[in-house]
Amino acid sequence: MHEKFDTIVVGAGPAGNAAAYTLAKAGLSVLQIERGETPGSKNVQGAILYADALERIIPDFRDDAPLERYLIEQRGWLLDDEAYVGGNYRAEAFNRPPYNRYTIVRAQFDKWFSKKVQDAGGLVICETTVRELIFDGDRVAGVLTDREGGAIYADLVILADGVNSTLARKAGFHPELKPKDVALAVKETLFLAPEIIEPRFNVKGDEGVAIEMVGKITKGMIGTGFLYTNKESLTIGVGCMLSDFAAQKIPPYVMLEEMKAHPAIRPLLEGAEVKEYVAHLIPEGGYDAIPKLYGNGWMIAGDSAGLVNAVHREGSNLAMTSGRLAAETAIDLHAAGQPFSAANLAGYKQRLDDSFVMKDLKKYRRLPAALHRSPHFFTLYPELITLAAHQWVKVDGVDKKSKEREVRRAFAGRRGWLGMMGDAFRLWRAFE
Amino acid sequence: MHIVVCIKQVPDSSQIRVHPVTNTIMRQGVPAVVNPYDLFALEEALRLKDTYGAQVTVLCMGPPPAEAALRKAISFGADDAILVTDRAFAGSDTLATSFALASAIGQIGRNMAVDLVFCGKQTIDGDTAQVGPGIAKRLDLQLLTYVSQVDRVDTERREIVVQRRAEGGVQVLQTRLPCLITMLEGTNEMRFASQAGMFRAARHPVRVWDKAAAGIEDVAKIGLKGSPTVVSKVFAPQPKASKAEQIKCESNAPKDLAVTLIAKLFTQHPALESAISAGTTGSI
Ligand SMILES: Cc1cc2nc3c(=O)[nH]c(=O)nc-3n(C[C@H](O)[C@H](O)[C@H](O)COP(=O)(O)OP(=O)(O)OC[C@H]3O[C@@H](n4cnc5c(N)ncnc54)[C@H](O)[C@@H]3O)c2cc1C
Ligand SMILES: Cc1cc2nc3c(=O)[nH]c(=O)nc-3n(C[C@H](O)[C@H](O)[C@H](O)COP(=O)(O)OP(=O)(O)OC[C@H]3O[C@@H](n4cnc5c(N)ncnc54)[C@H](O)[C@@H]3O)c2cc1C
Repeated sequence: MHEKFDTIVVGAGPAGNAAAYTLAKAGLSVLQIERGETPGSKNVQGAILYADALERIIPDFRDDAPLERYLIEQRGWLLDDEAYVGGNYRAEAFNRPPYNRYTIVRAQFDKWFSKKVQDAGGLVICETTVRELIFDGDRVAGVLTDREGGAIYADLVILADGVNSTLARKAGFHPELKPKDVALAVKETLFLAPEIIEPRFNVKGDEGVAIEMVGKITKGMIGTGFLYTNKESLTIGVGCMLSDFAAQKIPPYVMLEEMKAHPAIRPLLEGAEVKEYVAHLIPEGGYDAIPKLYGNGWMIAGDSAGLVNAVHREGSNLAMTSGRLAAETAIDLHAAGQPFSAANLAGYKQRLDDSFVMKDLKKYRRLPAALHRSPHFFTLYPELITLAAHQWVKVDGVDKKSKEREVRRAFAGRRGWLGMMGDAFRLWRAFE
Repeated sequence: MHIVVCIKQVPDSSQIRVHPVTNTIMRQGVPAVVNPYDLFALEEALRLKDTYGAQVTVLCMGPPPAEAALRKAISFGADDAILVTDRAFAGSDTLATSFALASAIGQIGRNMAVDLVFCGKQTIDGDTAQVGPGIAKRLDLQLLTYVSQVDRVDTERREIVVQRRAEGGVQVLQTRLPCLITMLEGTNEMRFASQAGMFRAARHPVRVWDKAAAGIEDVAKIGLKGSPTVVSKVFAPQPKASKAEQIKCESNAPKDLAVTLIAKLFTQHPALESAISAGTTGSI
């Protein structure tokens, strides 16, 4: 009577799609359940796609995936209230296929990925929310959806239900996220004709630019801003730790509006029309906030497992990679006729540890604490550095030595040498 | 009883944007939905199926992605789904659309005679409300428009009784089968598909018909060729806004409020005052 599958995948974001596709392609029976009207309908934003992670799942994805622009230039800006200091990296190497990074519109990308899952033989059901997991003793035996007759069984359930997974929390797999471990990001998609984007950002054809920003735009909170070029739109956003938003009582949309009005940013947006606004959480607790990743009959991947590299603003690639590794673990066990027991699924954790996912997260495990201890990175330093740049560039009859002294005095007076050395040390350790 | 429900896939108009320069609709990235009006038609058909037992076939003309609209109908309880799709249909206006749909319904009827055809009252993108009547005329079906409820169907006596929303009241109409009904919005509420319905929809083989399968031989009657409608100009209406005026009133009593308001109206529109006072006796 009840439906039964080899595997059920909850969620059709990058993690869920990677897992479901890999499983279906290997011939396991897969049911994927997504609560959105279509895959991606809940993820209506522009984002950066890292080709490598997808290539390992669908090598020829470039043939038909809805890609916006490939990035040939990365800009990094440090912003004061009215100024910015920045660096650009633009390389012809990024202008030769196969391209390394693309901008995408998630709504379209997720839909494309889901079609691949279906073509590979996976059964995808949307507009259906998984309410809870069905247990048989301590083994996960299936899911219960919000629909009449919604008990569905499987030998294995992969949770890829995104940040703050209610399912994992309800099942007791991990506790509620703490506000200090999660960022709130808001972003907008703004329509702008390609004929305007191209000269404005110095690109042509399908070339694109990404700008990452740190500084006063986040009003002393730990966070970053970003701006990407899509085919005929721009994505702009800003994200900060939820605990900071709560403490400072600044509404995120106000922060974004003020950022859009910054003299360095406003001209880039001129004439653009807002298409979409979204707010979304990002798990940024890093390595130390990663919950248990597997158990009897279940694995957890992507954002729901807290796998986000906040420093490099990478999330979807960790999601896709963890989804793929979870699937490969299951495929190997299935082929060997082994049960999906906790002991056997430990192989998933091992694969993650061996991959860039855990290695990178481990590398930055000290960063959240370092930044929490030195909020100056987001306020004082941008101010001082733009001051230094201003002195350096401005020609006003003052001799260079006096200018240098002026700058040094400003640094020492505002933060103190000891404080700066402490900040530098913590930052160095965090990035080491 | 065999019921055909015509459903159209339309861009979600709440998310549509008009190009600021060309005034044309920008469809890129706009999600498609089942024309909301058609869900009332489908639900009414499914209720008849619940009451009397029926085969419900959903029919859609549109590009390949419109299959999603049909699958959705299957999840709610439709039995069969046909997508009529062919490049030759591109650019069809209401005349050509109703011709193609009528022809397809003719083909559907060859396996099992069709007793009832349901359409929505209109679509949210074309908004013409012409396709339903067009189909009825071509297939020589009795036509019932603006129906708010089907009261009774008698397949033995080939009769149907419906309620029709009309100005100032509700008409109860009886006619013969086969007939075509265009269903009014807000008249029922679409059911929530069961899990089994979702599985059926995900697995259902939607039948895809090209123009030949839909029984169309004369290509001059479909697509651009079969569409005499010409869009000669597209323009955006100028938004007109005048500043709201606040009227102060001494007391809050309804009578005083009304009198103040009417006095104000009359000072601004003296013609109105004279017209009214000419037609009435006594004071306000
Ligand atoms: C503003 C912002 C910008 C970002 N920019 C980038 C970027 O440029 N590049 C990058 O790589 N990453 C970026 N990220 C991170 C990236 O979006 C995530 O890491 C990635 O989406 C994680 O994928 P996922 O599949 O784990 O989760 P999600 O993409 O969140 O997918 C989870 C899916 O599960 C569904 N779901 C949830 N609960 C249930 C349930 N109970 N039943 C059924 N379905 C359910 C949801 O509807 C959703 O579709 C950004 C994040 C934000 C918020
Ligand atoms: C002035 C004008 C110009 C147009 N020009 C073009 C053009 O150049 N190219 C173009 O592609 N379109 C064009 N259209 C749109 C096209 O003519 C209509 O979308 C189509 O003919 C259906 O008409 P409608 O949407 O008004 O449906 P209505 O008559 O409002 O629909 C009533 C009911 O008929 C049924 N129905 C309607 N269409 C379908 C369908 N396709 N499949 C199944 N059931 C259906 C539904 O039950 C619906 O509720 C134009 C429309 C207008 C008004």
